[in-house]
Amino acid sequence: MSADNILELQHITKYYPGVIALNDVSLEIKRGEVHALVGENGAGKSTLIKTCSGAISPSEGTIIVNGKQFERMTPIISRENGIGVIYQEFDLVGDLSVAENIFLGRAIRKGIVIDRAAMVNESKKVLDALNIEIDPNVLVKTLSVGYQQMVEIAKAVSQNAQLLIMDEPSAPLTKQEVQSLYDIVDTLKANGVSIIYISHRLEEIFRLADRVTILRDGQYVKTVNAEDTDEDELISFMVGRKLTEIYPKRSSECVKNEIMFEADHVSGNGDTDISFKIHRGEVVGLGGLVGAGRTEFAELMFGMNKKTSGRFLFNGREVSPKNPREAIEIGIGLVPEDRKQKGVLLGMSIKNNINMPIYQRISKGAVINKKKEQSIAEKYRKEITIKTPSIEQLSKNLSGGNQQKVVLAKWLAADTELLIFDEPTRGIDVGAKHEIYSLINTLVEKGKSVLMISSEMSELIGMSDRIFVLAEGRISGELNKEEFDQEVIMRFASKSKVEG
Amino acid sequence: MKNISKAIKERAIYTFLILMVLFFAVASPNFLTAKNLINVAKQVSIFGVASVGMTFVILLGGIDLATGSIISFINIVCAYFMVNLGMNPILAVIIALLISTLCGFLNGVVIAEIGITPLIATFASQTILSGLAYILCNGRPISRFSEGFLKIGQGTIGAIPIPILIMVVCFIIGVFILNKSYFGRYFYALGGNMEAAELSGIPVKKITCLVYSLSGLFAGIAGIVMLSRANTGQPNAGLGYEFDVITCVALGGVSLSGGSGKMSNVIAGVLIIGVLSNGMVLMNVSSYMQLVIKGIILLLAVGSDCIQRKRLLIASKAG
Repeated sequence: MSADNILELQHITKYYPGVIALNDVSLEIKRGEVHALVGENGAGKSTLIKTCSGAISPSEGTIIVNGKQFERMTPIISRENGIGVIYQEFDLVGDLSVAENIFLGRAIRKGIVIDRAAMVNESKKVLDALNIEIDPNVLVKTLSVGYQQMVEIAKAVSQNAQLLIMDEPSAPLTKQEVQSLYDIVDTLKANGVSIIYISHRLEEIFRLADRVTILRDGQYVKTVNAEDTDEDELISFMVGRKLTEIYPKRSSECVKNEIMFEADHVSGNGDTDISFKIHRGEVVGLGGLVGAGRTEFAELMFGMNKKTSGRFLFNGREVSPKNPREAIEIGIGLVPEDRKQKGVLLGMSIKNNINMPIYQRISKGAVINKKKEQSIAEKYRKEITIKTPSIEQLSKNLSGGNQQKVVLAKWLAADTELLIFDEPTRGIDVGAKHEIYSLINTLVEKGKSVLMISSEMSELIGMSDRIFVLAEGRISGELNKEEFDQEVIMRFASKSKVEG
Repeated sequence: MKNISKAIKERAIYTFLILMVLFFAVASPNFLTAKNLINVAKQVSIFGVASVGMTFVILLGGIDLATGSIISFINIVCAYFMVNLGMNPILAVIIALLISTLCGFLNGVVIAEIGITPLIATFASQTILSGLAYILCNGRPISRFSEGFLKIGQGTIGAIPIPILIMVVCFIIGVFILNKSYFGRYFYALGGNMEAAELSGIPVKKITCLVYSLSGLFAGIAGIVMLSRANTGQPNAGLGYEFDVITCVALGGVSLSGGSGKMSNVIAGVLIIGVLSNGMVLMNVSSYMQLVIKGIILLLAVGSDCIQRKRLLIASKAG
């Protein structure tokens, strides 16, 4: 190991059941450098930093910190060896003061009494060194997100962090706050602290980073000097892969010349001025980065949140669902991203799940028609091949792919016309993915329409008829089938307010 | 064989009940007589009735601490209507039940619309209703009801006391709602995962209001039966009843976090409490000791259920 390196990762591999999250990744971080880590969603960035922080153990490989060799880290070993992590979710206690947070778990004491004055003093020193102007006595919950992040950074620095890992630190910040963040990063660097900086915003990488490492599909692609590259080259490294042939073909005649759904200048739930149309039989893809406002828009469509302006039209008629129940009656179904929490009722049978939206319809008075209940569940079990010995099986005993099918069966039984899929294949193995894609094709062939939110570029391109890209709550681009291109989508997705 | 062991596991509470009956039958010669068994059923009829509503509430993942106060309040309201206002008993009972349903409904509204946690919301209404009961009767008992009204709590049809029949009818209604009606499916769905239930199109707020209304209604019925049986309206008649009722439901294996449980097992829970109290009295166990034993039985029953659940969880993870 070179003495210049604060951290070396050698041949790190991480298996999860059925998935390789990291495949033989090696990386060197020099002392005092800002090292950017980029890649698409699912490229393995989070897994890699969790390996460094000790949140997970690598299946294979070696971690070398300051010349000391480790098979795996634990959060404590990691901290003791000078690694600090600033996650997107802060580890702060809102009802404690800034000083108390900085010294959380290591309070300065006089005997058994906490020495408040000393803690405030020490905190002040740390904050001053970083040029952060916060009164150490105020409660953390009264601070803005930007300042809370600074407290997190100060906390890590006070623990003598020599390597600070920042996971998309600028994502929750306002423009001014981002400027302060840049200043802090510069100060840290001047003090000899190394930084691993993860970001989707390419322009800030060129502002801050000395070197950039690109990951793709869990594999190391390349490390380049920031000054020797440009945005175009980085994007092509990030997405540079061929579409695999897992997307079943469907007839181009599916799309009818009839508009089923239209959003007309809709704002609300963090989104601004969204307009698009979905034709009957069309699969419209909604691309963008995590946090771009895609799920939020689905929530507006499905009545989970109120739009503040604009209109929705469904089959030409203006609709404004106030809750999911009304959205379902209109003919909209949602297959949510968080299947286990929001999609299926884990403790109930497949039969119950499929019939849930239509129980009132299949009841006479209050009494359920059990024959219908049975036959409807059987029908969809066969139609979309839910693999189960019996429809009485509890949903929690099914695989992810089969749970997803149960959610889908529910909306087919309810006869919804427009299905919103939010990350339809996340956490589903490749074989089941293919089945889900085939089912989507079957749906549009039958004249239903699909809005598909996906962070997987190839899925978006492989399945959609048209793609809209969202960035920061606005539509940043629209692409027709012949214009589909990963780099173009990536560019639209990482468009920031400054450019747009 | 697997099915049998599964059935035994699911009905462990009945095994427990039978063992208890056998124990008291051996320990006390007066226990296993028709007269005494009818006595047991009669004693549990009041919280048996109220436990139907409480089962719905707990299935939903909620709790209803107002049950005892609703019993007291309806006790006084119905007595006041009949004695002070000279109202026809049938009319008085109907209006009293409407009022009790309304009390439950208001609990539901506060919980569903404002979002106060059930524990606090129903505790507040417990206090309010208890106060109202005292105000209405000036703190004095109300008595002297018509012969007809007293039949509800004291009469018999054939050899069977009417309160038992009322309890049986209430349990049948409970079983019907949970097993045959679509509302029952909604209760389980809501208690299992409110968010997923709402996203499946279940009107969460309406169902919450409905469930607390039903809890109020069944508490009201319990209050009427109690009034008739005691032949006097007391403003503290239902004091602390909610805890007996919650105990029955918990003994019946209804998960306090909501989403799972069976009405038929709650019936066993109700009977266990009845058998236990009755048997201990027959054996001359002091009333202080009875409290200790009841507490221990509750811990044992619910504790074994928790252990069972953990085992299942571990088994499902391993598999």
